[in-house]
Amino acid sequence: MSDVFQRRLKRRQRTSRIFELVCLLSTWFGLVVLVVLLTGLMLKATGTWDPTATGAAKATENWLTPTLLTNHMSSDPERAGMVASIWGTCWLILMTALLSVPVGLGAAVYLEEYAHENWVTRFIRLNIANLAGVPSIVFGILGLTAFVRMFGFFGDPTAIGVPLGFGMLKIPLPFGKSLLSGAFTLSLLILPIVIIASQEALRAVPQSIRHASLAIGATKWQTIWHQVLPASLPGVMTGIILALSRAIGETAPIIVVGAASYIRFNPGNIERMSELVTKVDGLLLVPSSQYTVMPLQIYNWVLNSPDPEFKNVASAAIVVLLAILLLMNGIAVYIRNHFSKRLDW
Amino acid sequence: MELRTFDNLIAQRSEEPEVKPESGKQVAKSPATNPIKVETRNLDFFYGPLQALFGISMAMPEKSVTALIGPSGCGKSTYLRTLNRMNDIVEGTHIHGEVMVDSEDIYSSQVDVVELRKKVGMVFQKSNPFPKSIFDNIAFGPRIGGQRNKKELEEIVVRSLKQAALWDEVKDRLHSSALAMSGGQQQRLCIARTLATNPEVILMDEPASALDPASTSRIEDLIFELKKNYTIIIVTHNMQQAARVSDFTAFFYQGRLIEFGTTRDLFTTPKEKQTEDYITGRFG
Repeated sequence: MSDVFQRRLKRRQRTSRIFELVCLLSTWFGLVVLVVLLTGLMLKATGTWDPTATGAAKATENWLTPTLLTNHMSSDPERAGMVASIWGTCWLILMTALLSVPVGLGAAVYLEEYAHENWVTRFIRLNIANLAGVPSIVFGILGLTAFVRMFGFFGDPTAIGVPLGFGMLKIPLPFGKSLLSGAFTLSLLILPIVIIASQEALRAVPQSIRHASLAIGATKWQTIWHQVLPASLPGVMTGIILALSRAIGETAPIIVVGAASYIRFNPGNIERMSELVTKVDGLLLVPSSQYTVMPLQIYNWVLNSPDPEFKNVASAAIVVLLAILLLMNGIAVYIRNHFSKRLDW
Repeated sequence: MELRTFDNLIAQRSEEPEVKPESGKQVAKSPATNPIKVETRNLDFFYGPLQALFGISMAMPEKSVTALIGPSGCGKSTYLRTLNRMNDIVEGTHIHGEVMVDSEDIYSSQVDVVELRKKVGMVFQKSNPFPKSIFDNIAFGPRIGGQRNKKELEEIVVRSLKQAALWDEVKDRLHSSALAMSGGQQQRLCIARTLATNPEVILMDEPASALDPASTSRIEDLIFELKKNYTIIIVTHNMQQAARVSDFTAFFYQGRLIEFGTTRDLFTTPKEKQTEDYITGRFG
């Protein structure tokens, strides 16, 4: 081995190590920033240490209390709680999921399994990709026109009743400033994400599975329903959870579509988990109910409150929001891992 | 058992004595006298504008094994896939001529492709079990055909696994994942899965090419057993395999059927020079 070779080899190895270091630093940088933010937040919320506090005594108070989760809004920061916004967020996300998942998954199945490759299909794909990048406020204005006001089609607000087995579901027309408007708007917002992620998941299922199923005498639909969709489940779930995580944090479109700034009741007046099954008439009122969501609540406490103490309450509320987000993602990762264990091709 | 090598088998077949009827037993018929199960007449096949098969006319008797041999790209797999209309999945394909199963043209508009594929099953080159349990893999065919009775499904699964010589190895773990098996076992699972729909014809596209010699010989034993009840058409790159298992052999070259006859005749006294060149290894 010549001298020149040895020198060059050492240089290549050094470059390799530097590159590895750069990648490591990039990863850790993001993580460190996140940890610093979260720690600062937790310290402020629990009153351990607050560098921005004015006034002596109240600065070290713990704002992350159980009453934060059970009380309604109040003008007194010590009694203020966010229960209405927690329920509002949960209902909103549930309804958004119910609307966007079937439509998004259906669109993805059509595009991947049934559509022929022609200019129409290409046009559709292009548009979906574009919509994924549209600013959310645009969806807010769309929602305001199409769902809250329904283009002025209904002069006086009316309502239709949908008879379900256990009662009558009231749907106001136009939707007005209800959970329905919010859910439909957010569904449109996250639909492109759901479609694209589902498409990728469907594409990842090997063709050999489809061929095997067809060769046994299954129809195309049976193949998709029994083999392709179950096999694509981990990828689809990941996409749905990512999309819903984004939806949870959207504030601008929600404000435009009429989430309330000051509200002291839960949608359908359902206060406890047990009331979900007992208070059926409340359940039926949920879609038409007014609501607020956690990001909006936080925004109001930070910027729109007369009492500057509310900023600390806001910190605590942010911790709650992040905790719920973490819980959602944790569940998603668990579900995904559980299903992908069975699929090691 | 004696190793079934190329030379052994050819020698064996040349000396095959006539089977004498014993009391109560049926005479083993030579497959050549069986009624025709699958037949193509002047089959032309097109991938869009590109013609892949030229005027293939061939008749395969029932309960026999026909091997399709030939160099890569000669159209054997394409031909095989026309027999259960798996080529319909590819866009832009069409045929001229007729493909008959049980004297019925399978490309006529009255034929239900789904029913056809239950009757004419297919085993692929690379085993493709579903990412489900062994039981669910085999029960899939009967289930989508409408069979809901648990007991009957169990019976079908057990029967198919026994026919595919896989029962003893997996009887304790029917509900474990099919993907956890070895390559040879997975391929036998695919065969069991095909058998579960009670087909009459089984198409095999190089079923053992991805397997080790031990698994390969097990599959070949299996084919030998299965031909008593099913018509088998097998594509193979391996001429020795063709000689070992098949009753009839067809030699394809560049989309054309060069020669078709009993395995013994084709390998010992080929009529066409191209056939002889391929068999003796001068090309391919």
